[in-house]
Amino acid sequence: MDKMPAWADAVLVPLISLILAALLSALVIIAIGESPAAALKLMVEGALMRSAGWGYTLYYATNFIFTGLAVSVAFHARLFNIGGEGQATLGGLGVALVVLYLPWPHWSLALVGASLGAAAFGALWALIPAFLQAKRGSHIVITTIMFNFIAAALLNYVLVNLLKPAGAMDPASALFPSATHLPTFQQMFSSADAPLFRGAPANISFFLALLACVAVWLLIWRTRLGYEIRALGHSESAARYAGISPVRIIIVTMLISGGLSGMMAVNTTMGESERLVMNATEGAGFIGIAVALMGRNHPFGVLLAAILFGFLYQGGAELALWTSIPRELIVVIQALVILFTGALDNMVRMPLEKLFLSMRKGST
Amino acid sequence: MTLMQKFLGAAATLALTAGAAHADPALIYDLGGKFDKSFNEAAFNGATKWAEESGGTFKDIELQSEAQREQALRRFAEAGFNPVVTTGFSMSTPIAAVAADYPDTKFVTIDGYVDPAEHPNVLSILFAEHQGSYLVGMLAAMASKSGTVSFVGGMDIPLIRKFACGYAQGVKAVNPDATIISNMTGTTPAAWNDPVKGSELTKAQISQGSDVVFAAAGGTGLGVLQTAADEGILSIGVDSNQNYLFPGKVLTSMLKRVDVAVAESMAAGADLETGVKALTLEGNGVGYALDDNNASLISAEMEAAVEEAKAKIIAGEIDVHDYSSDDSCPAINF
Repeated sequence: MDKMPAWADAVLVPLISLILAALLSALVIIAIGESPAAALKLMVEGALMRSAGWGYTLYYATNFIFTGLAVSVAFHARLFNIGGEGQATLGGLGVALVVLYLPWPHWSLALVGASLGAAAFGALWALIPAFLQAKRGSHIVITTIMFNFIAAALLNYVLVNLLKPAGAMDPASALFPSATHLPTFQQMFSSADAPLFRGAPANISFFLALLACVAVWLLIWRTRLGYEIRALGHSESAARYAGISPVRIIIVTMLISGGLSGMMAVNTTMGESERLVMNATEGAGFIGIAVALMGRNHPFGVLLAAILFGFLYQGGAELALWTSIPRELIVVIQALVILFTGALDNMVRMPLEKLFLSMRKGST
Repeated sequence: MTLMQKFLGAAATLALTAGAAHADPALIYDLGGKFDKSFNEAAFNGATKWAEESGGTFKDIELQSEAQREQALRRFAEAGFNPVVTTGFSMSTPIAAVAADYPDTKFVTIDGYVDPAEHPNVLSILFAEHQGSYLVGMLAAMASKSGTVSFVGGMDIPLIRKFACGYAQGVKAVNPDATIISNMTGTTPAAWNDPVKGSELTKAQISQGSDVVFAAAGGTGLGVLQTAADEGILSIGVDSNQNYLFPGKVLTSMLKRVDVAVAESMAAGADLETGVKALTLEGNGVGYALDDNNASLISAEMEAAVEEAKAKIIAGEIDVHDYSSDDSCPAINF
């Protein structure tokens, strides 16, 4: 009887964190002489009241679902994978190589190929830290974050020296062939009378992300492997006693985690830019950590948290467009939400737990 | 009236009077940010100057991410801003993607190139950087005592090689035996904002004998100018007039009149003529800066020589080779 009810854990804690972050953000906005109410209205209208706004919100959310799932799968084995950024970077390289160098007759086949390429490259990038953790005991937090930098440098080299078309200024690959362009929401849902999602980058890979949510749920709670992952996460010695090989589980978990991060690149590289650009991940690998924390490592929670962060990204863009709030302060507002929902989770959780426990004592 | 109503109003006005001349212009800065003391800031200054002179207003945005390039273009076009002016070559691909959806909006890409046959509502503004660099190269060679001058570029792209190539030709025109050292800061956009590396490169060039350094490197150039001033050699600024940063230490600045380009585009409003526009020495689209801060460094003979070359370039008697025309340079190897 030392736990608070599930609904409080899943709903109340994130909600209070969010309100605290919103209050602090409001103070920041007041401090620079703008109206927080107008800012909020602008964010909501820009991100949620127009179909194109939703198109951007869901585009960002797709990224965060993949990276959030990647972090949460690793969390279940008590591995803290903060290398989502690097794994997604390499995933982008996988997508670009598959799409540029193989002749694809139709986007649907290309989507399957690119997803496999992205997952394979992301997984391989996670394999080295996983091996070092499993066999040598090198801490995964240190190795994965260092691999982010190696990935950025590697992509840099590949783009500038190998993939950049001759004479181009941008360090970016050539445009992908038009047969491999993924259908966007605009093409899927828009008709001549009702133009929807005009120009928004959301594309079919959002549904791929939803499938990934279901797949992760099945994996973690409905398969033997998922059971082994959770067992290892709860107690390594108990798992070992039960005949589970920690080396095998660590490596397999990290491969899955890296693969999920890598698949984010299908959305950014194949769905949006339609060519490989530098820094296509734009911090989504790190946002994934906050998404996983806020979503309590459950795929459904990850989905909701990802949409919230997608809203913050798109709303932030709207603020930059229509107000004089400088872009640095918009980053501050986004960071406050991450700080409260991700890093300062216990600040809300512990007093709340005490409150619930004292209420329970009072009633008995 | 809330902000949103204003935009809806603006959009409605545009729908009613498509292409009307009273729509406000918008300006999109590249990822380097508005206040980089160089390229983007020149665009901001031009827009501010236009606003002060005409009493008009303009909307601007500093981009935060790649996905926002297209988003900002679309949102400004939908809200009825016209023309939509953008800085940096990275905007040309997104403009090519959205221009056809907004045929009544004029887009301007400064430093970028969009095919005018495919997109009749886009103006590509290009500068003859090689001509301006040629002139500052001549000044560098005349000011140099050691016979060795140097160049620090930002990101290693054809555009920056165009600067270096023009500079080297100017140096060789004055002193055919001169040694020219050229270094690039990096191969990624981070190279535009790395003053520490700019400083290191300058020190390395000084140790090889250079006594005049030309920085064409955005924010990185500030480190180059600072180090040159500290070490007692001359430097040459770029894009904006940077002579004032270290008075008496900056020989001159290669001017690239981004501010004029922006102000003229905004003044033309919705009637802007599209196509491809090259800003050259003729009409002062590029040039070199002469003011109180560097008057003591430029002698009357130097000025006369440069003015003569300028007249000859405009008249076509001197042909400064443009690196980007064939990706090669007769005066320097990269």
